[in-house]
Amino acid sequence: MTDASMGATPAAKGSLTTEDARTKKRNAAEKRFQMYGIAAIGAGLFFLLVLLVSILSSGLGAFQQTFIEVPVYLDPAKLDKNGNRDPAEMAKVSTFGYGPLIEQAIFAQVEANGIATPLDSSKDMKALISASAAAQVRDVVLANPDLVGETVSFRMLAASRVDGYLKGRVQREDVARDKNIDAEHLDLTDAFVDAGIVAKQFNIDFVIGADASESRPEQAGLGVSMLGSLFMMIVVLVLALPIGVAASIYLEEFAPQNRWTDLIEVNISNLAAVPSIVFGILGLAVFIQFAHLPQSAPLVGGLVLTLMTLPTIIISTRASLKAVPPSIRDAALGLGASRTQSVFHHVLPLAMPGILTGTIIGLAQALGETAPLLLIGMVGYIATNYPDGLASGFMDPNSAMPAQIYEWAKRADPAYYERAWGGIIILLLFLMTMNIIAIILRRRFERRW
Amino acid sequence: MPVLWLVLAVLGIALVGYVLGRSLALASAGGEIRNLHSLPSYYGSNVAMKAAVPALLLLVVWLIVQPFVVNGMVSGMIPESEISEGSNLGLVMAEVHRTSEGLSNAVAAGIIDEDTARNPGADPETMTDRLKDAGQVVTSTLTAPILAAAQRYRALHDSGAWIMSGVVLVLALAGLIWGLRESQAEFRARNTVEQGIRALLIAAASIAVLTTIGIVLSLIFNTIEFFRLYPAAEFFFSLNWAPSFSGRGGSSELGIIPLLWGTLYISFVALVVAVPVGLFAAVYLSEYATPKVRAIAKPLLEVLAGIPTIVYGLFALLTIGPILLSVFGDDTVGWMQGQRAVMTAGIAMGIMLIPFVSSLSDDIINAVPQSLRDGSYGLGATKSETIKQVILPAALPGIVGAILLAASRAIGETMIVVLGAGAAARLSLNPFEAMTTVTAKIVSQLTGDSDFASPEALVAFALGMSLFVITLGLNVLALYIVRKYREQYE
Repeated sequence: MTDASMGATPAAKGSLTTEDARTKKRNAAEKRFQMYGIAAIGAGLFFLLVLLVSILSSGLGAFQQTFIEVPVYLDPAKLDKNGNRDPAEMAKVSTFGYGPLIEQAIFAQVEANGIATPLDSSKDMKALISASAAAQVRDVVLANPDLVGETVSFRMLAASRVDGYLKGRVQREDVARDKNIDAEHLDLTDAFVDAGIVAKQFNIDFVIGADASESRPEQAGLGVSMLGSLFMMIVVLVLALPIGVAASIYLEEFAPQNRWTDLIEVNISNLAAVPSIVFGILGLAVFIQFAHLPQSAPLVGGLVLTLMTLPTIIISTRASLKAVPPSIRDAALGLGASRTQSVFHHVLPLAMPGILTGTIIGLAQALGETAPLLLIGMVGYIATNYPDGLASGFMDPNSAMPAQIYEWAKRADPAYYERAWGGIIILLLFLMTMNIIAIILRRRFERRW
Repeated sequence: MPVLWLVLAVLGIALVGYVLGRSLALASAGGEIRNLHSLPSYYGSNVAMKAAVPALLLLVVWLIVQPFVVNGMVSGMIPESEISEGSNLGLVMAEVHRTSEGLSNAVAAGIIDEDTARNPGADPETMTDRLKDAGQVVTSTLTAPILAAAQRYRALHDSGAWIMSGVVLVLALAGLIWGLRESQAEFRARNTVEQGIRALLIAAASIAVLTTIGIVLSLIFNTIEFFRLYPAAEFFFSLNWAPSFSGRGGSSELGIIPLLWGTLYISFVALVVAVPVGLFAAVYLSEYATPKVRAIAKPLLEVLAGIPTIVYGLFALLTIGPILLSVFGDDTVGWMQGQRAVMTAGIAMGIMLIPFVSSLSDDIINAVPQSLRDGSYGLGATKSETIKQVILPAALPGIVGAILLAASRAIGETMIVVLGAGAAARLSLNPFEAMTTVTAKIVSQLTGDSDFASPEALVAFALGMSLFVITLGLNVLALYIVRKYREQYE
């Protein structure tokens, strides 16, 4: 270090230990940029949180339902006029014959508990109970004719407005404009809750029950459409897995480099990006208009979803076939196996965990898909009939879980919104289970070569 | 279900063939496997394949072709006079199908006997009454030609089914015998079976092509049919969407422009939500985040992609809509009238697309080689300067491709817009107004009334065709951009 060089060095503008303005600016920009990233991730997670919270907060209520538990006197004079307890004769008494009995039973509870209410006749009780209660009592009576003449305790669904009141969905201010229920009914409901006659309980019928007509949201359940989804998933599994695996094996192991192979590959990647509603149009035109398969049948839904899921399954199957090292194939060929044998005896079993994982994820995707089902008619009617047997399960009109949720979301009564959210919880539980199984399969059987 | 039984019978023959072929081959080698060309099971499979595959193929082809042949033979029987004003041959033929089905059902229910059902001299009016008594749906009073056509249709249908069963079974047996004759020790059974397997694999792979052909054909035929009833120029350029629900009146206005406007507007809002969030999330996750944060945040974001669209639809309608309404509704600024609006659907769709953008961009950013980053740091750039001036430009084609793919997703999305966007077709700039989209109109035109002959229903196919072309075009463009402008790093 010489004096000359010292003199030639211009005075340092700043020092590394103290930031100058420009460095400060750059560091601030750096900080800001990082904050944007954190904010973006925070926004994504916030949306996820809001979504989950609103699903849970709006949907959990659907699993609880308000029930009225009252002893009903099964009056022989009304239910069995001839007195011979013959179910065939008693079946002539329609649900209209049972309604008054239930109303009287509830009114008897009003008097027994000494509840002061301006509603002074049993007819006024009608607004409290679900229209399904009479059918419920009738079914029990027809199944056990000997009960006539006795007083039997029934647990009946309360009307949807009563349920809504207890869940906070129906406010007292709204009731003034509602012709289904009056404020007095709500007072009575409060009194009944205190008396322990009306209570919210877990409602298994929401999970396994059938859908109900538009005016009875308290009765609607997801069970039948769940079976519809099950039958569709069977079709998808039976068709998409073998076809998808066969197609992937061909493309990955045997296909020569030619035009046809290129065409197939381009087609598969394009099909994966075709909007799902277009598959619905395809299903409508080909399976229903052209092949005259029945509308709304889970078989048709399954076929459409199969075509939609195939690209997903093919892409993941090819990836897992590709992951099997060539040395396995070479060893098999070296021992005298044919190419087909080496693929089917060695490569395919090793790729199986990956294939199954991909298939489960494809199935989960198909389970949640709604749009194509709308076009082949799986909405717009009420799925009340359980399929009896396999053929009926595949061919008879049915709904599917997401289509049922859509159907509920469209109905006018806000009580159905709660049902729709509840249905979403069930649907998401299924999807979560499938994805967890896929993850476990991958963790358990994944092999690194 | 005779077809099911037929299939089972063919499979049974194939199974017998497997056992026979295997033992025959073994016997011809004197029970010594070493003398066989292939393993014994290949001889069995060869016979089973030859028995089952041609027979089942014929069955499928027959099932597809027979209705056309029968229809062709029957439709010649219907005189011009039967086709009334405003009707066409297809509707009359549907009536014939219904009647013939009604006859079969009535016979099956035991209400009329086979001879009555086949009696060519039957009085149409009494027949109508008897069918109605049997609970069969017969819309109007049957006329003599329709009844005769229905009877003929039924007879042809039945005999066709019998001939089919016969031919299929004979073919299966012929295949069985052919295979059995081949089951000799020196026959190269494995090679034959493997060729068969190869053919099956090719067939499975070709289903993807068949699906595309099916989509294109079903769209094209119905679109052409639509343009025959409705001028194409009006469909593409009319500014009005007002289908009449009365039926075949000429008063419907079916212009695609308002629907396209709604679609693009909603997709634009969705991208405005999804692209910044997704892109910044991807940058942070791949450049800044510690492995621990990444391991938690990335899968959580991807949960958003696994949620079915119906959930987002409900979320839009019942959560986002009311929130927006309380902020922009009549109580405050009065921009928004109802829960359903472009914003409602757009925000929900944007949330759905966040993981789509972020994971695609994440992959692309990760593919930028480390040496570029190191070079930039070496020149004194900060991390954010490196990202903005080196990494993002290098990853740009891929990111543009990802955004285009997301746009194609948004345009084809159905459930969110069906629930969240509204039903009225509008050309408006206000994002808080309800608008509708191509997909939502496809759903509303094709659900409910199932008269596929009216322009109001057929327009859905033209809309579907437009949607298919647009999304396909975007995908191809995305792939092209990625391929063309991708930097090659070695």
